[in-house]
Amino acid sequence: MSSPHERPRPRREQAADGAAGALRPHQRPGAEPIIQFRNVRKAFGRQVVYEDLSLDVFPGETLTIIGGSGQGKSVMLKLLIGLLRADGGSIQAFGQEVTTLAERDLLHLRSKVAMLFQGAALFDSMSVEENIKYPLIEHGWGTAAEMDQRVDEVLHMVDMPGVQKKKPSELSGGMRKRVGLARAIAIQPEVILYDEPTTGLDPINVRRINGLILSLQQRLGVTSVVVTHDMDTVFTVTDRLAMVYEKRIAFAGTPEEARNAELRYLREFVQGGWGTLDEDL
Amino acid sequence: MSGDETTFERFFGSLGEVFLLFGRAVREIFRRPFETSLTVVQLEQGGVDSWSITMLTAAFTGMVMASQFAIGLEPFGASMYTGKLVGLGIVRELGPVLTSLLVGGRVGAGFTAEIGSMAVTEQIDAIRALGADPVRKLVTPRVVAMTISIPLLTIMADLIGCAGGILITVAEVGVTFTFATEQMIQTIWVQDLMHGLIKSCFFGSIIATIACWNGMRTHGGTEGVGRATTETVVFTSVTILVSDFLLTRALLAIYA
Repeated sequence: MSSPHERPRPRREQAADGAAGALRPHQRPGAEPIIQFRNVRKAFGRQVVYEDLSLDVFPGETLTIIGGSGQGKSVMLKLLIGLLRADGGSIQAFGQEVTTLAERDLLHLRSKVAMLFQGAALFDSMSVEENIKYPLIEHGWGTAAEMDQRVDEVLHMVDMPGVQKKKPSELSGGMRKRVGLARAIAIQPEVILYDEPTTGLDPINVRRINGLILSLQQRLGVTSVVVTHDMDTVFTVTDRLAMVYEKRIAFAGTPEEARNAELRYLREFVQGGWGTLDEDL
Repeated sequence: MSGDETTFERFFGSLGEVFLLFGRAVREIFRRPFETSLTVVQLEQGGVDSWSITMLTAAFTGMVMASQFAIGLEPFGASMYTGKLVGLGIVRELGPVLTSLLVGGRVGAGFTAEIGSMAVTEQIDAIRALGADPVRKLVTPRVVAMTISIPLLTIMADLIGCAGGILITVAEVGVTFTFATEQMIQTIWVQDLMHGLIKSCFFGSIIATIACWNGMRTHGGTEGVGRATTETVVFTSVTILVSDFLLTRALLAIYA
């Protein structure tokens, strides 16, 4: 395991090296997806979010989901852990069909798949320590001393030691996100879902969160699915990116492939330009 | 719920959701471990903290009733029976109903605002994502706490309200304290007390369930929280008043 303060290497540097290990997780021989969306449909009343969404997530990779506002990127994460139910299609995670799992059976899945919410979703009435212990207690982590030790460990991982007794209202936006991340990784999940992890943060905090995503992936080997608008995040952490466009996944591939994609909206999105909604598809 | 539903369908749909939520909350009471600490917190916030306002209202209600009856019964030469009427009125009706309306407004609005804020900031999703059940963590402790605290507050309100009634009866009608008290005690039977307590148990559970249900379905940011909180006060008040009539008819049929 690398040192917590060792600078994680951005993906673009690794890709530019072409060094050993630069082979992305989905390109490795025999790579099988651990999460599969197949022909998923979802609507809220008359508003159709997905008509035919299909996507694979491979173990150990960091997959970034991009797309315009209101395209339903976050909905995908919530469908994956059963916070929302799909209207049709199939979602497989670790060999289980999520769409048919009962709420009680979803608990086991949620011990493997953690989520960092957009606003961190820390419980206001609890201290940082109580927030982080919450999933530990629910999943029967161990004794009180073991839980205290785990709280210390994860707070060190997100570079926030000594804030155990603080309330979420005493923390800045960036600190709340880092505590949210500490809570998400406390139970040692195999997959971490990040919902807009850098939205609303200053550039220094954006770099800090990007560094944490990368560092957790490199140190713990977790699979990450990151929903973001921030192209800096995309090019820092991504193995593959997928674009949600017109109620389906319009592209899934490496950032290099995205730059040269036929879909003009994607090319312009990636390059920070203005997309043309009525072309190319 | 889709936008095509009529008001009639929405009403019965909501009613069904409230009953389902109540059923799930009750089921969680019997699952171990019981959330004792969360329930105690709600007992304190919903029950203990409502004590002073409830007692103040009960005392003045008893005094106002006694003042009105003392004058109203005088032409019939029956003003000495003021204590009887005040006692019955408070124990059977005004104790449970006023306590429930007050606590329903105060605590129910608080429940909806707190849970609604959690809903719009994704904290309820976070509870589920972290492996817990929001009904167990948020709804059951509140339903249990209100089902216990409203009957207890009602007993206190009955006592204080009757005491206020006796005080004014003595002062206005000129009977002795002993006479007024004995008259009230002889008039109020155990079944009258039970009548009020059964109602207050029902009101307590329905206030908590409606408030939690409305909180959990809140959307639309802070504006949505404000709207949901107002709705809860209206829903709980109307439900208490309508169900009071139905319960009264049912209990009179049983006890008559």
